[in-house]
Amino acid sequence: MNFDYDLEQQQLANALRRFLANEYDFAARTRILASGNGHSPPVWTGLAEIGLLALPLPEEYDGFGGGMVDMMNVMEALGEALVVEPYLATLGLGAQFVLRAGSDEQKRAILPAVAAGELKLAFAHLERDARYDLAYCATSARRSGAGWQLDGAKSVVLHGACADLLVVTARVEGETDAEHGLCLFLVPANTPGVTLREFHTADDLPGADIRFDRVVLAPDALLGHAGQALPLVEEVVDYATALLCAEAVGVLRLAYQSTLEFLKTRKQFGVAIGSFQAVQHRMVDLFIDLEQAQSMACLVCARMDAGLDTAERRRLVSAAKIRIADACRRSSQETVQLQGAMGMSDEMMISHAHRRLTMIAQQFGDAEHHLERFAD
Amino acid sequence: MDLQYSSEQQAFRDEVRQWLQANLPADLRAKVTRYQHLDRDEVMRWHRILADKGWIAPHWPVEWGGTGWDAVQRYIFEDECGYAGTPQLPGLSLMFCAPVLIAFGTPEQKQRFLPPIYSGEDFWCQGYSEPGAGSDLAALQTRAVRDGDHYVVSGHKLWTTQAHWANWMFCLVRTDPKPKKRQEGISFLLIDMATPGITVRPVILMDGSHEVNEVFLDQVRVPVENLVHQEGQGWEVAKYLLNYERLNAGRVGTSKRQLSELKELAARTVTRGRRLLDDPRFRDRVSRVEVELMALEITNLRYLDRMVRSGRAPGAEVSLLKLKGTAIQQQISELMLQAAGPHGQRGTGPDTTMDEHDALMAALAPRYFNLRKLTIAGGTDEVQRNIIAKLTLGL
Repeated sequence: MNFDYDLEQQQLANALRRFLANEYDFAARTRILASGNGHSPPVWTGLAEIGLLALPLPEEYDGFGGGMVDMMNVMEALGEALVVEPYLATLGLGAQFVLRAGSDEQKRAILPAVAAGELKLAFAHLERDARYDLAYCATSARRSGAGWQLDGAKSVVLHGACADLLVVTARVEGETDAEHGLCLFLVPANTPGVTLREFHTADDLPGADIRFDRVVLAPDALLGHAGQALPLVEEVVDYATALLCAEAVGVLRLAYQSTLEFLKTRKQFGVAIGSFQAVQHRMVDLFIDLEQAQSMACLVCARMDAGLDTAERRRLVSAAKIRIADACRRSSQETVQLQGAMGMSDEMMISHAHRRLTMIAQQFGDAEHHLERFAD
Repeated sequence: MDLQYSSEQQAFRDEVRQWLQANLPADLRAKVTRYQHLDRDEVMRWHRILADKGWIAPHWPVEWGGTGWDAVQRYIFEDECGYAGTPQLPGLSLMFCAPVLIAFGTPEQKQRFLPPIYSGEDFWCQGYSEPGAGSDLAALQTRAVRDGDHYVVSGHKLWTTQAHWANWMFCLVRTDPKPKKRQEGISFLLIDMATPGITVRPVILMDGSHEVNEVFLDQVRVPVENLVHQEGQGWEVAKYLLNYERLNAGRVGTSKRQLSELKELAARTVTRGRRLLDDPRFRDRVSRVEVELMALEITNLRYLDRMVRSGRAPGAEVSLLKLKGTAIQQQISELMLQAAGPHGQRGTGPDTTMDEHDALMAALAPRYFNLRKLTIAGGTDEVQRNIIAKLTLGL
C-alpha cells in the first residue's frame, strides 16, 4: 500500500503549481476574467508546454498515456488555483469521446492537435429540460445525402464559448428520453447553422447556449455507432465526474487554508477569532470534510486505473460525488460565514471558491441524484 | 389557549391583502418574485405609494404619520407585504434612523428629519461597521473632534448598505479616543452625504450586485446640532435599536411566498416522468423547511402575544427569530438552486434576451450567493447566539 504520488507525478504537479503561481495568481485570474470569456490563450499554451494537454492521451497520438491518478494530481492543482480553462471539457470529456469511440482517422485528426494545445473541445449535451437525465436529448439527427443534418438546442454548455470543436449528442430515433437512439457528432464551432449565445456561468466558466439549425455534417462527423451512444456518454461522464471530484479537493483545500489563515489573523474583541471554541469546532469539521473528500477522490481514481466493470464504476463514482458534494456544500457555506462580510466580497478569493464549490456540488449530479444511483 | 386571529384581526388581514393586490404595481412584484435587483427609483416608487396611502411608517407615533395599529396589526401588515412580494423598503431610514430620532432626537431634529423620511425625499444609510470593527462594533475608530460649532470627522466605514443611494448617513463615531470602557466615548452623528470630504466607493458582492460600499470620511465638518442624544452616549442609542421592536425579523411572509414558488418549480421540473416534488429525497427536504417555517410562525406569534400582554419590549427573542428566519430563507434559496440542477449554473452574459424560464434559472445562483449575507449582516449568527446565551440563558 502506498498513497503517495510517485516522483514523476510529483514533478509534474510541482511544475504546474510553479506555473500557476507565476501566471495565474488571484490578481492575474481577475484580469483574465475581466478581459474576455475567461479563456486565456497564453495560459492554455503554458499548460500545453508543461505537457498537461497530452497527459491522458495515448503515446501513439502524441500523448503521455497517463492514468486517472496522474490526472487527479493535475486536477487538484487546477482546483487550488480556481483555473477556468477548458481542461476538463477538452481532456476529461471531448477527447475521451474521440479516444474511446473515434476511428483511427478521427483520432489522428484530433488528438495530436489537442495535445499540442491547438484544439479545445466541449461536450454539448445538456438540454433545457434534461436536468441530470443523460438519456434526455431532443436534438435530432437525420440522414442527409451521405451525411447528416442536426437540429436542436443545447443549454449551458460548459466552455462552449471557447471551444473549437463540439462533441454534440443528437437523436436518430426514440422518445426524447429513450435510452436507445443517441448519436455523437463532431461539430466544429464555426459550422454554418451553429449559433452561440455566450455567457459567464455562475462560477465564471465560459458557457454558451448553442443552437443547431439545419447543420449539415459530413459522414465522418459521426463518432462511433449511430443510435448506441448512451453507454459511452455515461462512461465518459463518470470519468469526468471522478476528475471533477479531484478538482473539488483542490478547491476545498484552497477554501480551508484561506479560512484557517483568516481565523488566525482576524482580530475582534482583542483576540484572533480562531481562539473562540465555537469557531474552532466548525473549522475542525471542515478539516474532517477535506480529509474525507480527499480519500474518496483517491479511491475512485485509483480504482478506475485498476479497472472497474460498469456497475462498480457507477457505484464508486456516485459514492465519491456524494461525499464531495456534501463537503463542497458545507465548506462553501461555512468558509464564507467564518470570513464574515469579507467573505461576501467579489474582491476576496474566498467568494470565488464559494461559487465554484456551490456549482461543483451540482455538476454531473447533486448528492441526491448520486444517492439514488448509488443504491440502485 | 386560542391560536386564531380575532375576527377583527382577520378582517384587517383581508383589507391589507386586498389593498396590496390592487396597488402593488405588477412590474415591481414581478421583479421581486423573479429575484431581480430593484433600483432606487423602483424602491422609492413603492415607498411613495405606501406614503400616499398613509402606511409607510406604521410603527411611528401617530403625530408623525404612524397608523396607530397595535403590534399584531403591524405584524400582519408586514407578513402580508412579504407574502405579496412588495419591494424591500429603505429600512435604515424607516426602521433604524426614525425610531432613534423619535426616542432621542430634539424637537428640531424630529421636525427637520422625520417628514422627509416619511415622504421618501431623504434616504439614509448606516455608518457603523469599519474594517476593524465588525462583530466587535465597539472597536470602531472613526474620529470626531470638536472644532467650534462643528465636529470634524475622519475615518473609514465599510459594508455601508446603499450609501450610493443615500443623501444622509447616521454614523457612530469616537469622540473620546481613550475612554475607560470601549463602549464609552462613542457618539451618534447625522451626516449630510453631500458634505465635502466624503467619498463613496462600491464594494461588489459575489453575485455581482452593488448593495454595499466603503465610505471614506476625510475632515468632514458636521454641525454640532446633528449630534443625537449626548456626546459619548452613542452606544446607548445603538443598543436601543437592538431591542427595538422588530418582530418581523423572521420574515415569515416572505418565506411562505418563496416556499410556494419552490414547490411550483419542483412540480414543473419533470425527469423521466417523475416530478422533482415527488422525489422523496427532495420532497423531504422541502417538507423539513416547511415544518420549520410553521414552527417559526407560531413562535413569532407567541412572542408577539407575550409582548402585547406584558408591554415589555422584546430582547433576545428578536435574535431567535432572525436566526431561524434567515436559516429558512437560505435553505429555500438553496433548494431552488438545487431544483434548477445543472441549469442553475447558467449565468448572465451580454445577451439579456433570455425567456422567462432561462431568466429564472440564471437568477437562482446569484440569489443563493447573495443570501449568504443574511447570516452575516445585521449581527452575525454567532453574535445572535451570544445574545441569547447571555440574555436568555444567563451563561
